Amino acid sequence: MSRIQPTFEKLKQRGSKALIPFITAGDPNPQLTVSLMHALVEAGADIIEIGVPFSDPMADGPTIQRSSERALKHGVALHDVLDMVAKFRTTDASTPVVLMGYGNPIEAMGWERFAVRCAQVGVDGVLTVDFPPEESHEAFGHLHRHGVDPIFLLAPTTSDERITQVAKVARGYVYYVSLKGVTGAGHLDLSAIAQKIPHIRQYIGLPIGVGFGIRDAETARAVSKLCDGVVVGSRIVQEIEDSNEEVVIANVARLVKELRLAINQV
Amino acid sequence: MAYNYPDSTGHFGPYGGIYVAETLMGALDELRAAYEHYSVDPEFKAEFAYELKHYVGRPSPIYHARHWSQKLGGAQIYLKREDLNHTGAHKVNNTVGQALLAKRMGKPRVIAETGAGQHGVATATVAARYGMECVVYMGAEDVKRQATNVYRMKLLGATVVPVESGSKTLKDALNEAMRDWVTNIENTFYIIGTVAGPHPYPMMVRILIQYKQECVVQMPELAGRQPDAVIACVGGGSNAMGIFHSYIEVPGVQLIGVEAAGSGLASGQHAAALTAGKPGVLHGNRTYLLQDENGQIIETHSISAGLDYPGVGPEHAWLKDSGRAQYVAIEDSEALQAFHDLCHYEGIIPALESSHALAYAAKIAPTMGQDKVLLVNLSGRGDKDMATVARVSGIEL
Repeated sequence: MSRIQPTFEKLKQRGSKALIPFITAGDPNPQLTVSLMHALVEAGADIIEIGVPFSDPMADGPTIQRSSERALKHGVALHDVLDMVAKFRTTDASTPVVLMGYGNPIEAMGWERFAVRCAQVGVDGVLTVDFPPEESHEAFGHLHRHGVDPIFLLAPTTSDERITQVAKVARGYVYYVSLKGVTGAGHLDLSAIAQKIPHIRQYIGLPIGVGFGIRDAETARAVSKLCDGVVVGSRIVQEIEDSNEEVVIANVARLVKELRLAINQV
Repeated sequence: MAYNYPDSTGHFGPYGGIYVAETLMGALDELRAAYEHYSVDPEFKAEFAYELKHYVGRPSPIYHARHWSQKLGGAQIYLKREDLNHTGAHKVNNTVGQALLAKRMGKPRVIAETGAGQHGVATATVAARYGMECVVYMGAEDVKRQATNVYRMKLLGATVVPVESGSKTLKDALNEAMRDWVTNIENTFYIIGTVAGPHPYPMMVRILIQYKQECVVQMPELAGRQPDAVIACVGGGSNAMGIFHSYIEVPGVQLIGVEAAGSGLASGQHAAALTAGKPGVLHGNRTYLLQDENGQIIETHSISAGLDYPGVGPEHAWLKDSGRAQYVAIEDSEALQAFHDLCHYEGIIPALESSHALAYAAKIAPTMGQDKVLLVNLSGRGDKDMATVARVSGIEL
């Protein structure tokens, strides 16, 4: 069973919001990923999103693209990412892990086999950026059957009709893209988010995380007031890119702690 | 036999569809609605027809390559002369159509991806013609290889953005154009250059490229009958889909798509997605892709930059599986031979892309009787390929 729903319930009881950092598996190198995951949890992450590297990350900005390229240089494949999660689970049985990426590597593995492996290694949710609900009934059926939550994006441009469709298949949480553009862009409109989130709640009972464009503690704090969780990706990946390997874990931990403190002030 | 593809959700059998991030869904809905509306609007149709006739120079003629056919000693080869269009290829039909649509949708800015630069030039051309801002994404490697076309686009007023990510070629340019589109959705129209991408692009581009099924009328006039086979090169597959679509419902006409086998299929250095790839999902649609065992897209190789793409339009995937079309592959060296032969025997310099189709025609014509008829889509002219051909011939220009 997925750990995502119980995690949001606990946070709600505490009156707290989820901090959901994102890193790409295998960046800066495959040996560091599991340590980075543990460091994220220690620094205050509630859920971890792990990017599965892909050769053609169409929805990502330059920062996450480069992280994908670094991981692919190390030959990191989907089965390696699953192995990393398995290793993480040997010492962390409770923090939800969500894989985020593109559909083709999963297609190559086969959705059923992938869903079985996710359940075995302890993946709780899967966000396939380029697989909308209408194209993927069978794929998401496999995830449902094995207790893995399909996570979906909602955008400022998503129609009410499409929100209804997403609501039928989504589990865990939904991920609201807070701006028009790719990951890491920087023109976030807080008042638009404040309007849109209550609107989405009319259609979807799941918790709502907000991401794309959250670049500092202040924005994280402001956004967390409006929703149930804050996703921070490009800013953390940027920190990984800017740090040399000896200090990368410490630098990422410091950044995530800042974000945690900011969100706790809400 | 009735051929009713794609279905209302953009599927050709299991292929096609709309595989994009949620952030693009709104824009695709808007495009679909606009296309459905204007494609049957008499005023739009009249303007498009006028532009094709007076700006592009349609209909393009069909030409009987008698001398070359005689040398080959078998089937008669006819050429559909898309090389005579304004800008030198079939691509401009599509860009005129999409630009007219963009104008009506109130989008003052158009963007495009380009490999060799032909689609970029065709887009820059219509942007100048209709007074639109134009940004063309081109892989940094291709920018280096195709300096003349980069200059052409700039002359026409376009901004050319070199793309430094990934393999720095066409597929990366396409990724970057998608990123631009999602960021500038309100004022921007994305003119995709081939029959790939999310629905409605594969259907829309196919229809715009072969606007009036000209060949079906021209062949009986010139040859007294329809061809036994229609042969076209396939990268993304736009020129092939344009000409195939005229003949899909005509019984007895074989459809043959010719992919780029590069240095040979066994070498792994090729771009033959249908011949050597596997189905998967990329750039908004499900289709055949060149990919590794982990689902990562692999780099392609062809002497012709226009065929140098790891995917293919989803309708070709369906025509392959359904058996209505056959797909073969031609190596760089064979395409070059056909290039030189057409220059030599007919006084026509073909594009290296089209030379792949010519090479396959040259391969099968001698095995057929002289009463047989092959129609080859001469999708573009070879002026743009002078530097490449000279280089492989060891000549410094």
